[in-house]
Amino acid sequence: MINKAINGFKTTWKGLSLTIRHLFASNAKRQVISVTDDNYFKRLEGTNTIQYPHQKLPVPEVGRYQLDVEIDDCIVCDLCAKICPVDCITIDSIKATELIGNTSDGSPKRIYAAKFDIDMAKCMYCGLCTIVCPTECIVMTNQYDRTVFELKDLNYEFSDMTPEVAAEKRQLLENQLAERQAAKLAAMNKKEGGA
Amino acid sequence: MSFYITYVLVSIGLFAFSALFALFAVYGERKVSAFIQDRLGPTETGKFGLLQTLADILKLLQKEMIIPTAADKILFMMAPAIIFIAVYMGFAALPWAPGLIPSKINLGLYYIFAIISIETLGILMAGWGSNNKYSILGAMRSAAQIISYEIPAGFALISVVMIAQTLNLQDIAIQQGTLSAEKIKFLGFWDITKIGGILSWNIFRAPHLIIAFVIYFIASLAESNRAPFDIPEAESELVSGFHTEFTGLRFGLVFLAEYSMMFLVSMVGVILFLGAWNTPLPNIGAIHLADWTTSKVWGIFWIATKTLTLVGIQMWIRWTIPRLRVDQLMNLCWKVLTPLAFVCMLVSGIWRIWLM
Repeated sequence: MINKAINGFKTTWKGLSLTIRHLFASNAKRQVISVTDDNYFKRLEGTNTIQYPHQKLPVPEVGRYQLDVEIDDCIVCDLCAKICPVDCITIDSIKATELIGNTSDGSPKRIYAAKFDIDMAKCMYCGLCTIVCPTECIVMTNQYDRTVFELKDLNYEFSDMTPEVAAEKRQLLENQLAERQAAKLAAMNKKEGGA
Repeated sequence: MSFYITYVLVSIGLFAFSALFALFAVYGERKVSAFIQDRLGPTETGKFGLLQTLADILKLLQKEMIIPTAADKILFMMAPAIIFIAVYMGFAALPWAPGLIPSKINLGLYYIFAIISIETLGILMAGWGSNNKYSILGAMRSAAQIISYEIPAGFALISVVMIAQTLNLQDIAIQQGTLSAEKIKFLGFWDITKIGGILSWNIFRAPHLIIAFVIYFIASLAESNRAPFDIPEAESELVSGFHTEFTGLRFGLVFLAEYSMMFLVSMVGVILFLGAWNTPLPNIGAIHLADWTTSKVWGIFWIATKTLTLVGIQMWIRWTIPRLRVDQLMNLCWKVLTPLAFVCMLVSGIWRIWLM
């Protein structure tokens, strides 16, 4: 009984002395160092709080945060939409009637992107789309702090085509297809007639 | 007629003091807990976050006061008022300085002890009135705990009263310094009536009162429902116990009562054991430190300093020691503190007869 009481006092005192040391320990601002730093896990002194908007931890170079698309470099191959495990990328493509131009790495662009939407609310930040992209136009930025008031604001629209332009291009494509169909029919008729 | 105005002014002053103290004690508590846990605590509202609790109370004032449909409305609405008024009325009999006491009653200690017990009633009303199983569990625990811990606390206080031979808190305070009319003996043999200072405090007049003081301090933690005796509000099991259902100003009152209670029990401890408003500095030869630092202003300064130190220790303990289980709580109370308090009372009797 007495031993128990003495032990209680001893352990209580030990705890109290530990907390009072922390109470009067340095409460200097936390130095912000990267997680890759050798000292990162050895820093046990001082305050642990990162005062977020004023202080930010440096993000690693390979960090996977918000997606961004450089639409001028996109050849609308649809690979990113196909590999996406959660189907957060929606692409509406229109074949062009002729070569549109070249991307910055020289690949020919033959398809218009009437719609290129990424729903960041669905995105699971796996980064697969950035890996399959042949022109490296879809990348993950180091931007991670994003808050919106409406869920639809998380749907990022990257296409720069207006609906009117898209409709015009669609019409052009239809005309071209119709022309080709007609030409094909004519060729087949000719072939049958010749035989 | 004018004494009515004085009464009202004094009571408003005490209310303002307890409200202000609660505000800054909450801020202090948050800062202390933050530093102990290597955090920073409030930093954004005002310089060093000083206006944080003010903003909190403004928010509480604006909130809707919700009464649960199934609650017992009268009990539910009266409970916070009773809890707070019980603690607030305890302040009436506490001496602040020589000649400065809101109500000089010769049963001061008895009165305080009686009026604080009413808080239990308020807590039970809150728990029962809420019609919520967590609240009633918290209230039952609180009642069991407060009633149990009043016994060691009471006997620890009786051992002081036996030394002091009075229940008047102002007289008990006067006995512990140079203003004393009777002889004061340090440890029962050295006459230090003219020297005063820390040596004439009750815990040094009769050293077994140190044990009584520790018993009282532990019991006072339990009476104000503070960790490690906070099973009535045990957040991890009972949401927050008896005040789960309270919102807005009613919750504010319960909170105010808790912090006022901390100050009240600390101040009672200071008055009975740690020399009340008497200075810790003794007269040494021609240097009359004790006489120089005994006056109304100094009295308020000393008693506030000592009490705030005890409140600080309460916070320090809260953020160090984990919560006791119910059986451990009752073990400590009935098997350790109560017998020890009885021994203290016995020693007090012997001390009074043989050494004083």
